[in-house]
Amino acid sequence: MTISFNRYFKDKFSSGWMLVCLILVMTIPLLIGIGLFLKSTLLLDNYSLVNLLFSKIWKPLDGKFGFYPFIISSVCVTFMAILIAAPICLLSAIYLTQYAKKYLLKIMHPVIDILSGIPSVVYGVCGVLIIVPFISNIAPVFGKQTPGYSILAGAIVLSIMITPFILNILIEIFQNIPDELKEISLSLGATKWETIKFVLIKKASPGIISSIGLGISRAFGETMAVLMVVGNVAKIPNSVFDPGYPLPALIANNYGEMLSIPMYDSALMFAALVLFGVVLFFNIISRLTITKLEIY
Amino acid sequence: MTKKTEEKIFKILMILSTSIILFSLILIIVSILIKGLPVLSVEMLTEVPQGGYYFGKGGGILNAIVGSLYLSTGATILAFLIALPVSLFMNIYLIKKKRLLNTIRYLLDLLWGVPSIVYGAFGFTIMVYFGLKTSLLAGIITVALLIIPIMIRAMDEVFKTVPRGLIEASFSLGSTKSETAFKVFLKQVVPSVVTAVLLSFGRAIGDAASILFTTGYTDHIPTSLLEPTATLPLAVFFQLSSPIPEVQNRAYASALVLIVIILIISILSRIVANRNKLKKLNIKNAVNKRFIYYKNIRQNYIQSMKNRKYNKDIK
Repeated sequence: MTISFNRYFKDKFSSGWMLVCLILVMTIPLLIGIGLFLKSTLLLDNYSLVNLLFSKIWKPLDGKFGFYPFIISSVCVTFMAILIAAPICLLSAIYLTQYAKKYLLKIMHPVIDILSGIPSVVYGVCGVLIIVPFISNIAPVFGKQTPGYSILAGAIVLSIMITPFILNILIEIFQNIPDELKEISLSLGATKWETIKFVLIKKASPGIISSIGLGISRAFGETMAVLMVVGNVAKIPNSVFDPGYPLPALIANNYGEMLSIPMYDSALMFAALVLFGVVLFFNIISRLTITKLEIY
Repeated sequence: MTKKTEEKIFKILMILSTSIILFSLILIIVSILIKGLPVLSVEMLTEVPQGGYYFGKGGGILNAIVGSLYLSTGATILAFLIALPVSLFMNIYLIKKKRLLNTIRYLLDLLWGVPSIVYGAFGFTIMVYFGLKTSLLAGIITVALLIIPIMIRAMDEVFKTVPRGLIEASFSLGSTKSETAFKVFLKQVVPSVVTAVLLSFGRAIGDAASILFTTGYTDHIPTSLLEPTATLPLAVFFQLSSPIPEVQNRAYASALVLIVIILIISILSRIVANRNKLKKLNIKNAVNKRFIYYKNIRQNYIQSMKNRKYNKDIK
């Protein structure tokens, strides 16, 4: 069967357009990686990688680029945020899928959507409004004086931000566990709680781990909200009430002044590259685990 | 007995954590409302900042509101022009290549996870490379990069649910692949495309880290793509970091405006999505009915053949 030249041409044209778009999108991650790497080569040529990552002194004007305090702050904030968010999300997901009536899940879905849709700046504003004063009030109990802008404040804000993200995945995972498994366990005489504890959580454990991994990658790269509450002091924090200075905040805070010094510019791009690498790493690992679960 | 108490304790913990999540959403919205509503005025919404605005004098944030709308509309349109063909291509051209399709989805999910500050840094690098200054255009490109994966995945999730029979029917009637894509397939999924677009628009308007480098900040409403522009998230951020309490209060009001816009978008997309559900049901029903109809015809045919054979045998 033949089709008219016009239709043939149209088909070829739009197919070509689609393919070009697809290839374009697929090359974005590669472009980002290469672009940031090229920008940071200047720094990498002059300093060794180990020196950059583990040196503690950050004085860009004197040519000292130690990323250690920033990396430590980032890791602290992220780790604590996960520590707060993960149990809450897990318990909540189990409750919503196993115990609660169906209408509660119907209520929670918009709640999760809205929570994940709230811009990070608004989270930052709320952090400044509520959490920072709260921490400055509570710190004297632990024998510390602080204005409230601290690692802990950043972690709490972050934990609220990543909650919808983790919870969404967990709910999906628990809903996708076949009912037969539960029924078998119940028919063998286990109580509902025992079934959840020994069967469901075991079955869902790869999913739980990967959802936490995704949460970590989300938390690690979060910028504005953390920047607004974390204090931004380039020093290794001693306690959770000390201010910190995570990597994204470093990039965001110095964007104006970096242009004059090429090395400084390069250092910030290196920070972005590190961020990109870490986030990509956690993402790849957790997505691989999740695809093995065959939920997606 | 201990089993029961353990379950009870955990149940209480579960209810507690669920209510913490609910409570935090309410707390966020209420605190912004309480702080922002008294400061919000008509003046704030309809005027650009005047001299001394950042020291507590008159003016408003119209520049930021309009700038944000310009920026996210532009970015959404640009992203749509790329995301729609990609998701159509994935679901019509590549539908048989499961492995490739999964790899693409995997890569898109990875892209989704890249933090917006990295996009910002990358956008800045591109900007410098092409000699652009901080401008609306640079911001649009950066934000479009950020929302493309979100948009594709959102569309893709719904495109997946369109029955294969529809595409096959269209092919069997002799239409080309692109005709199938745009004239048959697309018509079935218009509401979900709208939802995806709204979702990405919400993401685009709320993101601050990616535009921090690229759009700059001015007190004027931009008149061309090459001018810098103010945006709402950055307006919130800059005003909050001011030491003057009046300016800080305006930050709360700006945050309120931002959150209201986001809520409106969220509600809109929910309405469209609900209508979409009805429509999807209809497609399914229609396909099922058609299927049953053909099945009946086929069975009748087989039956009649059998009868004929039977009759022949008798003869």
